[in-house]
Amino acid sequence: MSYQAVIGIETHVELSTRSKMFCACPVDTSSPPNTNVCPVCLGLPGALPVLNETAVEWAMMIGHGLNCSIADHSVMSRKNYFYPDMPKNYQISQYDLPLCIDGHLEVESDDGVRRVGITRVHMEEDTGKSTHVGGSGTRIHDALFSLVDFNRAGTPLMEIVSEPDIRTPAEARAFVTELREIVLALGVSDAKLEDGSMRFDGNISIRPEGSESLGTKVEIKNMNSMRSLQQALDHEIRRQSEILESGGEVVQETRHWNEDTGRTESMRSKEEAFDYRYFPEPDLVPLAVDPDWDQRVKNELPELPSQARSRYAGLGLDAEAAALIARGDAGALFAEAVSAGADPKLAANWLTGEVMAWTRRENVELAATPLAAIHLAELSSMQLDGRLSASAAKDVLAGVLAGEGAPADIAEERDLLQLSDAGALQEIIDQVLADNPEAAEKLKQGDEKVLGFLVGQVMRASGGKADPKLARELLGT
Amino acid sequence: MSDFADLTIRQAGEGLRAGEFSATELLEAVHKRATMTEAELHAYLTIDRNGAARMAVAAESAFRRGEDAGPLQGIPVALKDNMVTRGVETTAGSKILAGWIPPYDATVVSRLQAAGAVVVGKTNLDEFAMGSSTENSAYGPTRNPWNPDTVPGGSSGGSAATVAAGSALGSLGSDTGGSIRQPAAFCGVVGVKPTYGLVSRYGLIAFASSLDQIGPFARTVDDAAVLLEAIAGHDPMDSTSYSGEVPDLRSGLGAGVQGLRVGLIAEMMGGEGYDPGVVAATRQIVAGLESAGATVAEVSMPSVDYALSAYYLIAPAECSANLARFDGVRYGLRVTGSTTEEMMANTRGEGFGPEVKRRILLGTYALSAGYYDAYYAQAQRVRTMVIGDFERAYEEVDVLIAPTTPTTAFRLGEKASDPLAMYLSDICTIPSNLSGHPAMSVPVGLDESGLPLGVQVLAPALGEPVMFRVAGEIERQASFSHRARLASSVVPR
Amino acid sequence: MSEDAGTPPEVDIDIRRVARLARISLSVDELATYEEQLPVILHHAARVQALPTEGIEPTSHPLPLVNVFRSDAVGECLDRDEVLAEAPEVQDHQFVVPRIMDEA
Ligand SMILES: [Mg+2]
Ligand SMILES: [Zn+2]
Repeated sequence: MSYQAVIGIETHVELSTRSKMFCACPVDTSSPPNTNVCPVCLGLPGALPVLNETAVEWAMMIGHGLNCSIADHSVMSRKNYFYPDMPKNYQISQYDLPLCIDGHLEVESDDGVRRVGITRVHMEEDTGKSTHVGGSGTRIHDALFSLVDFNRAGTPLMEIVSEPDIRTPAEARAFVTELREIVLALGVSDAKLEDGSMRFDGNISIRPEGSESLGTKVEIKNMNSMRSLQQALDHEIRRQSEILESGGEVVQETRHWNEDTGRTESMRSKEEAFDYRYFPEPDLVPLAVDPDWDQRVKNELPELPSQARSRYAGLGLDAEAAALIARGDAGALFAEAVSAGADPKLAANWLTGEVMAWTRRENVELAATPLAAIHLAELSSMQLDGRLSASAAKDVLAGVLAGEGAPADIAEERDLLQLSDAGALQEIIDQVLADNPEAAEKLKQGDEKVLGFLVGQVMRASGGKADPKLARELLGT
Repeated sequence: MSDFADLTIRQAGEGLRAGEFSATELLEAVHKRATMTEAELHAYLTIDRNGAARMAVAAESAFRRGEDAGPLQGIPVALKDNMVTRGVETTAGSKILAGWIPPYDATVVSRLQAAGAVVVGKTNLDEFAMGSSTENSAYGPTRNPWNPDTVPGGSSGGSAATVAAGSALGSLGSDTGGSIRQPAAFCGVVGVKPTYGLVSRYGLIAFASSLDQIGPFARTVDDAAVLLEAIAGHDPMDSTSYSGEVPDLRSGLGAGVQGLRVGLIAEMMGGEGYDPGVVAATRQIVAGLESAGATVAEVSMPSVDYALSAYYLIAPAECSANLARFDGVRYGLRVTGSTTEEMMANTRGEGFGPEVKRRILLGTYALSAGYYDAYYAQAQRVRTMVIGDFERAYEEVDVLIAPTTPTTAFRLGEKASDPLAMYLSDICTIPSNLSGHPAMSVPVGLDESGLPLGVQVLAPALGEPVMFRVAGEIERQASFSHRARLASSVVPR
Repeated sequence: MSEDAGTPPEVDIDIRRVARLARISLSVDELATYEEQLPVILHHAARVQALPTEGIEPTSHPLPLVNVFRSDAVGECLDRDEVLAEAPEVQDHQFVVPRIMDEA
């Protein structure tokens, strides 16, 4: 029997505000252990939290980026559970009254665009970091002891919860990818999976194809890359189908993705751990977002990836190029180049081709290269009016990236300009016709077969500089 | 006055400015008194002799330079040991914080220092301010200066006792369910629970965050106002801090009560658990106010009968989270275990006393899945009803009057084995904590066994000026001597 | 106190489970004491259930404040040595804890 997966994704994103969520300690992961701590984020007796206004506005921006509505009344709550890297042994989070609700995100999938519902986006504080020492090290409880660093404790953290609208691991990956690009476009987080500034958990159940009822839900943690997200979900679908095939029942539980074994493993965690005893945080007052404030934040939203993509598509770019440009930092340069007169298709092809390859190879930011919008504009007009062949244009581009100067100079320097002035080319043609009387005769009688031969002769005589298109035209007349 | 330790803050300030004695001499008098009384009373957990001496010298040189930070400059005061003091051990009366040296000062501490006050030390309290007798301190009980066989009340029993005994001229306590007013009544001093938010909670080791409020103990209403004015005011470090103007607390002092409307809370005038003497004293005070030109009415507040029940759900629920941070990881006691989970449970099992554990268990239960709505949420609704009753009452009257406590000071150990009976001693004070309104206790006399009687003045939010005004009139009429009749063993006569 | 609001329902409380939730180890004696005392206190507290409270909003803050913020500015941190001096066990400038069993 074939099964359909029902997948929901819970994403945590650390905001890159200057200071922490509830205190004035810097948000900075590079500092030595336990140097960015104060009475508040260390949970010292007597300390009290005060909410970071920028974090709230950035949370609203994320909400708008995901088409959520912003609640006019929302409340911070205490989520109670004991864990050594959580200073107060409760996490200040949101529960029944989150800041952003009822949004959606559209992602490309095999069967067209799928709209994935966003249940909520809420604000909370991150925990510290534990390092597990000794033992085989693959699992926390194998360690001999753990070291705790509270620099990260209190970092503003956004929890983004999706509806179970995702149907395949590929869709899940597309969803998380799009989510990441939105957060990056908003400039509220560096969203680095490898650093954990963006993390996600999945919940997944399967059901017989066509069935509407939901199967037993399993939560999956520790998926630390796009790849592991897809692998873990693939593995879990297989695991659950095998259980059902063999007449068994899927257990509702939390499972841990093990990168090394390539399988999910049941997690040890006491039943009490799930009784979080939420209640309204008495040390913080409620949030009341009035329409003016909401509008102000809305007005300051930058262009979102989806908007950028459709704008680029409007300039005639194919979906892939549009996506590529919308994604990376090439967008601004591309827009400038086009407004400076560059042909959108040519500029896009260079940026997503040679330029991206070069920056990747040299491992530098696009901004750090000498390439300017005006270069792309100049280059594209040189290719379009025949002074540069397509391949010569790419050589020149490489020269620009290498810092050799402006396209015109480089083309001159490298002697790549094509002979594109009819007068000069006509002399060479006359000479070629004189040197090849019988071919010239055949041409006169309208024998097109010799045209290719003669163009070749012209190219040779011109030392490859002739514009073959123009040469063919002149010979033809 | 033979002994500076018995001066009021006002009198001592005059003496300091008149050069009759120095801040250091005043501090020495207080230290001398403490050495006489501490052996029996145990009001202090820490006496910071060096720190206080430094502050006294600083106050002196300030006076010499002609600098005057106000009425507290050079005045020896004491702090309840649940207010953190940088560099000075702070335990909240708990074993779990034994030896903890805070790296920062509570906002009230910085404000007292800015006012030039001299901090004598840290006073004893029921562990984490949970109790009504100071018997729940992990470091042994404090005794009542009026009769060492009785309790000073609690949880701020140490702070009340120092002011009554003369081992400080004024002190700060915290009031979550009556923890300033009840010990003030038991020890025959003035105790004020200000409007919630008027005094910053930053640096106050939390018991129940939505109920806790810091306030002063003093020997006179005027001294209490001086202390409150020094510590009140907005603090950006406390999100629940009141950001408006601090009312002029003393504007009404001495103005009398002519034309004021005074209400007597019917539900607190007798019934199960009330001493007739306490009720009679309250009626007498109200009669006095009437003859001084106030109009008196009895007002009914039906919901206050349920306030205690609501309190014993809300306070434990909040404390169960507030005390979760004491886990043996970052500071304080650690009792080893083979796993972190075990270490935490062992640390908390050994580090917390019976009452604290009792309340953490209560609160954990009240918040746990399936019980939240029936207990915690319902208690918060009752809280709304209590506020409603107060607001209706304050449409009719300017202030409310009630006993501070149903009885005078009880004997040590008398209620230790019966938590519910102990809780009932806060029945008259708890409603103002639920509503966040201000209330204060004024000593009005002694009962037949020579123990102080206190009467409570309650006012609407930020109604401190009218509250102090009425308290001042009560003080004038009662002409109560603040001098505790210290047991002969304590002060040789 | 009057019981006119009617007697609340009997209290069922599993002290062992609650103590695990609260991360408190209890001796056998303590367990016995609390098993006796807590139901009595809860029974009294449960009187709140007898009050008619439909349509009444719960109050979690005595002050009707909203939108209290700090601006996103960096301030002073604590001195690490002063912080770690209070820690029960330290290694490599970090807090040491025994083996962690829960992965939650
Ligand atoms: Mg979360
Ligand atoms: Zn901090």
